[in-house]
Amino acid sequence: MGAPADNQPCRSLRGAIRIEDAVKIYENDDGGLVAVDHCSFNCAAGEITMVVGPSGCGKTTLLNAIAGFHSLTSGTIYLDDELLCGPEKLQAKPGPDRIVVFQNGALFPWKTNIENVVFGPVAQGAMLPADARDKARSMLAGAGLAGIEDEYPGQISSGMRRRVEIVRALINDPKVLLLDEPYRALDALTKSVMHEALLQTCYRSRVTVFFITHDLEEAIFLGDQIEIMTSRPCRTKKRLKVDLPHPRDHTIVTSRRFRELMDETIDAVHEEAAKAFRLGEREG
Amino acid sequence: MRKLQRRFASVNEKARTVTATSAAALNPRSGRSLARAAAAIVILVSFWEIGSRFNELAGVPLPMIGQIPAPSRVIVAWYNLLDDPGYWRSWYLSFLRVAAGFSAAMIVGIPFGLVLALSRTFYLTAFPTFEVLRPIPPLAWVPAAILFWPTQELSIAFITFLGAFYTIVINVVGGARGIDARYVQSAYSMGATSWNIFRRIVLPATLPSIMVGAAVGMGITWEVVVAAEMISGGGSTLGRGGSGSGGGLGFFIWNSYTGGSYEQIIVGMISIGIAGFVSSSIIRYVGKVATPWMNVR
Repeated sequence: MGAPADNQPCRSLRGAIRIEDAVKIYENDDGGLVAVDHCSFNCAAGEITMVVGPSGCGKTTLLNAIAGFHSLTSGTIYLDDELLCGPEKLQAKPGPDRIVVFQNGALFPWKTNIENVVFGPVAQGAMLPADARDKARSMLAGAGLAGIEDEYPGQISSGMRRRVEIVRALINDPKVLLLDEPYRALDALTKSVMHEALLQTCYRSRVTVFFITHDLEEAIFLGDQIEIMTSRPCRTKKRLKVDLPHPRDHTIVTSRRFRELMDETIDAVHEEAAKAFRLGEREG
Repeated sequence: MRKLQRRFASVNEKARTVTATSAAALNPRSGRSLARAAAAIVILVSFWEIGSRFNELAGVPLPMIGQIPAPSRVIVAWYNLLDDPGYWRSWYLSFLRVAAGFSAAMIVGIPFGLVLALSRTFYLTAFPTFEVLRPIPPLAWVPAAILFWPTQELSIAFITFLGAFYTIVINVVGGARGIDARYVQSAYSMGATSWNIFRRIVLPATLPSIMVGAAVGMGITWEVVVAAEMISGGGSTLGRGGSGSGGGLGFFIWNSYTGGSYEQIIVGMISIGIAGFVSSSIIRYVGKVATPWMNVR
């Protein structure tokens, strides 16, 4: 969250991600499809890094490699100088230090909201179920979600579901939150409320955020650093430090600096979107 | 046109009231639909009664329906059967066979389906065999089953088992394979072990499909048990009425036919209708209780 937030009391920052020369080639009949092409960048600990690119450009491949859902073809990823995956071990092991919040949400529909939140600590054996429930209850209340504990995800709004899912991730005290276009399906108004709520959460937890989006406005509003990716194969086209002061709220969208940052980046994003469109990339 | 609009309006209304759920809000509607359902039955029975008595009433025998005993006679025959232990024993035997075959199909089918869905090796090994056996109608197994199983009771239960087994397996496989990968991935990243994922993700995620398979399978077991009883002779015969009731409801119908008591054929048919309805209701109820998250939207 950059320098201005550093005067807040907080625990030592962790969750720095270093991606070095990552390559991912999907095997197919034509010999292989390069999804990620020698991509390197860092996400500073405790900051929000926004990865912006057109749908289907290969951003999610990168996220999956960090999460440990897929392997890399070559390259290295470190988390706080600890090797996640590299030439010796092409696929990272998934773990509660890096939790993904998915595009369409992945709350377990058969569990109530609070059962969803306690899933991680109980599955790891890190907490007794009763303690986990207490903690979940207070975290949900802290996120403004009191009262929905015993309802099923299907009973609450999609915006609330997304917030429950972030609480479910944070209860594991992850180093990194990996967000894959989590607000894509939400309407613009809900989105802006969700953005503020996410920033509040980040100010409190100081978790590192790796956030994939195709929405430039979202990227500038939330991000400390923006990586604009090229369309497939995916690599950084333009890097941008966002110097908007924290804490931010929705009024910042109309500020002069916000507009300047939009102007600086929109051409780069548009160019890649047009390229992806010509190539006929599928949504995804 | 207006009627269509009204129908859509009422669908919307229903969607709204379901979340706030109150039986009270839906009650007048369900009261009216109950009356409609009752009216349908009354009309059907009246036509049937008039049709089969047309000869008495108008002196003209009607083809086909004139051969069927009138509902009033059926009710008399039914009333006379109420204190016949053989009739009740038929109920008991059919239920027992359905329950045995159906439970066996669940006990074998659910794990079999899960392993098929989760293990690629097992799928490639076993699924082709399964797919070759599946199109064989359970009733085609009757002679082989009679040869193979030591008692008639076991052969009937086996055929009933086959009826439900394939449906349950297919549904379990479909359900378990259709599990959203995100659920499994997020469970792994939250530190779940493989067993945890099976128990907490795969099983509950498959449960709705299991219940669908169970509901369809239950319907098939009733079809199959009746036919198996007719073919195999139904085991024991008890009771009176010259129609040797007591070998299960399927046998009861067949015996009534060969014994010439046509009213009892209808009694047997309606009994099976009721028995199937009761069994399906039980499955539906169990499904509702087992998957509470499915009824909340």
